[in-house]
Amino acid sequence: MPSHPKLAAEFIKDKDRAHWHDQSLWFVRSKRDKAVQQLPEWELLREQASKIKSYVVSHLPDLLEEFEKNAKAKGVHVHWARDAKEHNEIVHGILERHQVKRVVKSKSMLTEECHLNPYLERYGIEIVDTDLGEWIVQLQDKPPSHIVMPAIHIKKEEIGELFHEKLGTEKGATDPQYLTESARQRLRQKFIEADAGITGVNFAIAETGGFVVCTNEGNADLGTSLNKLHIACMGIEKLIPRANDLGVFLRLLARSATGQPITTYSSHFHGPAPEGELHIVLLDNGRSEIAGSDEFRRSLNCIRCGACMNTCPVYRRSGGYSYSNTVPGPIGSILGPAHDTKANASLPFACSLCGSCTDVCPVKIDLHHQLLTWRKQIRLKGLLPLSKRLSMKMLSWMMQAPRLYQFVGKTARRIVPYLPRFLVYNRFNAWGKQRELPDMPKQSFREWMKQNHDRK
Amino acid sequence: MAPKVGLFIPCYIDQLYPQVGIATLKILEHFGCDVEYPESQTCCGQPMANTGCTNEVGPLAKRFLEIFKSYDAVVCPSGSCVSMVKNHYDEYFTDNPEYEALKGKTFEFCEYLTTVLGVDKLAGRFPHKVGLHQSCHGLRELRLASDSEIVGPPFGTARALLESIDGVELTTLQRPDECCGFGGTFAVAEEAVSCMMGEDRVHDHEQAGTEVLTALDMSCLMHLSGIICRQQKPIRVMHIAEIFAECL
Repeated sequence: MPSHPKLAAEFIKDKDRAHWHDQSLWFVRSKRDKAVQQLPEWELLREQASKIKSYVVSHLPDLLEEFEKNAKAKGVHVHWARDAKEHNEIVHGILERHQVKRVVKSKSMLTEECHLNPYLERYGIEIVDTDLGEWIVQLQDKPPSHIVMPAIHIKKEEIGELFHEKLGTEKGATDPQYLTESARQRLRQKFIEADAGITGVNFAIAETGGFVVCTNEGNADLGTSLNKLHIACMGIEKLIPRANDLGVFLRLLARSATGQPITTYSSHFHGPAPEGELHIVLLDNGRSEIAGSDEFRRSLNCIRCGACMNTCPVYRRSGGYSYSNTVPGPIGSILGPAHDTKANASLPFACSLCGSCTDVCPVKIDLHHQLLTWRKQIRLKGLLPLSKRLSMKMLSWMMQAPRLYQFVGKTARRIVPYLPRFLVYNRFNAWGKQRELPDMPKQSFREWMKQNHDRK
Repeated sequence: MAPKVGLFIPCYIDQLYPQVGIATLKILEHFGCDVEYPESQTCCGQPMANTGCTNEVGPLAKRFLEIFKSYDAVVCPSGSCVSMVKNHYDEYFTDNPEYEALKGKTFEFCEYLTTVLGVDKLAGRFPHKVGLHQSCHGLRELRLASDSEIVGPPFGTARALLESIDGVELTTLQRPDECCGFGGTFAVAEEAVSCMMGEDRVHDHEQAGTEVLTALDMSCLMHLSGIICRQQKPIRVMHIAEIFAECL
């Protein structure tokens, strides 16, 4: 898999596009700022949410059993999946039993994580993503580049082109109203034709056995109301203990995600619809391992709001695909290596350690510290490139020997100013590609001190 | 009695920006500190720590403690290096009271001026439009100023000190505290993103009319100044201590 810096550099080659991407996401971050500034209790909410989630993660087995018991009492079928493969088999099994050929799905990063779409398509089942952004990337045969705004990287002109090709809309159309309406008409048809609806889960309530799905387009409601069969797929960390806790999270989620006070729809599902069938698939896929790790446990607090992506100066300029991971950005750079350290070894380094993600996170995940911890783990697992390992070893040796350090510094300061430019600025000098090196002073600070200060 | 201050000058300032060390020394002495520069100091180990090479940091952390433990205060013109010492040395010292004491007496330069020495106004005149770059580690690790993510009353020691100088006009940025993209080895390993981030910061200062760009950290400024020089922008770059010293 190409490393993050390589893919990022490719993305940035188109500077105008990278700027446009950065500004689109900064706009969302600014909306978030305006929304949260209106709540004087914002920091208190974050603190509460963080504590509730920490409680959940440390009491996961009990709460999951409580949830299962209460969900079953409401007539829900509860399934347990250890990994993506089991998850997909379970979902396919349910669909097969009902002889389902067409499925509509509302946004679910979990099914992206499991690559459910291609799995079901292999069995001849048509699966349509009904979230507009996710449908756009599905039409392109690409994954989402952002967990809340899956098509944030695509311009309206490109959507016009795509729709012209796939839906037969007018060539050259860019009017969002026209394009959205065309998508709406086509999706309506898909909703009507479908035999089953799949949704994700934002919050599952242990105390009641019910769950909540948040959407802005109402597609979860439509997809599940028109069908008798509803399958909800959730990660085991999506639990909250009590219905009372829901208010804390609903207030945090949409404000953090898009700056809205609340998502347009917060759909509550407590048991199947009359004459319908409701299945919940609970997926582990490495989550309980993370729950057992002191360093990374808090990453399971995540409510997938995407705020860390919107604020990340690297994500904004490198695009979601540069992470080559279902969940990109800061949180993805923690979850990715937990899933496959080697494949995602460049992600924890795709970060300037600015800490903005940590401060924006509504559930107070110490994101940039976890990224730093991942860097140590990568070093311990021997996955750090040799160039970095050696240079850091040599730097450390030098810094333990003050005289050597002084000698090297002095020599460099003497020689560099006299070198011809091509010897200093060439392809081996990544610093100098777009930046000048500092002027080399004749004296170091310590030399000045000896001459001017200590003799006083 | 004057406080005995151990002057902690980061390695890259020692070698590349001696004038910043000199300015820091002058200001501290101006406010009556007995400043000593322990010559055996080198590097706090941050580049290695941020690359994940903790084995390479341990010996440097131990050296640092030995060198600086006897001072009343350790003062450094870099928020990032101070944060390294205060927030990221724990794994190298278990139950070490000397390290615990060091944590409490290590200060970023502006923080020391305001919170320990009680300086709230600087004399002199600096008739320029000054752009303050909020270095991330001073901001979000040391909490030396309020940031745009957290909801709460605004504060900031560096800003207050700059505003107290006659003639200083602080410029208004579109993004008040976005990272410059230096990030240590990130600057080289993620060169494309790093430079674009730096360029965007420079543009923001340009549109705001910044004449003098300043920060608590020379590392951010080294990166930004590298871009400013290459693109020949009319912005002068000075560490905050240099501005204070010029006003003396």
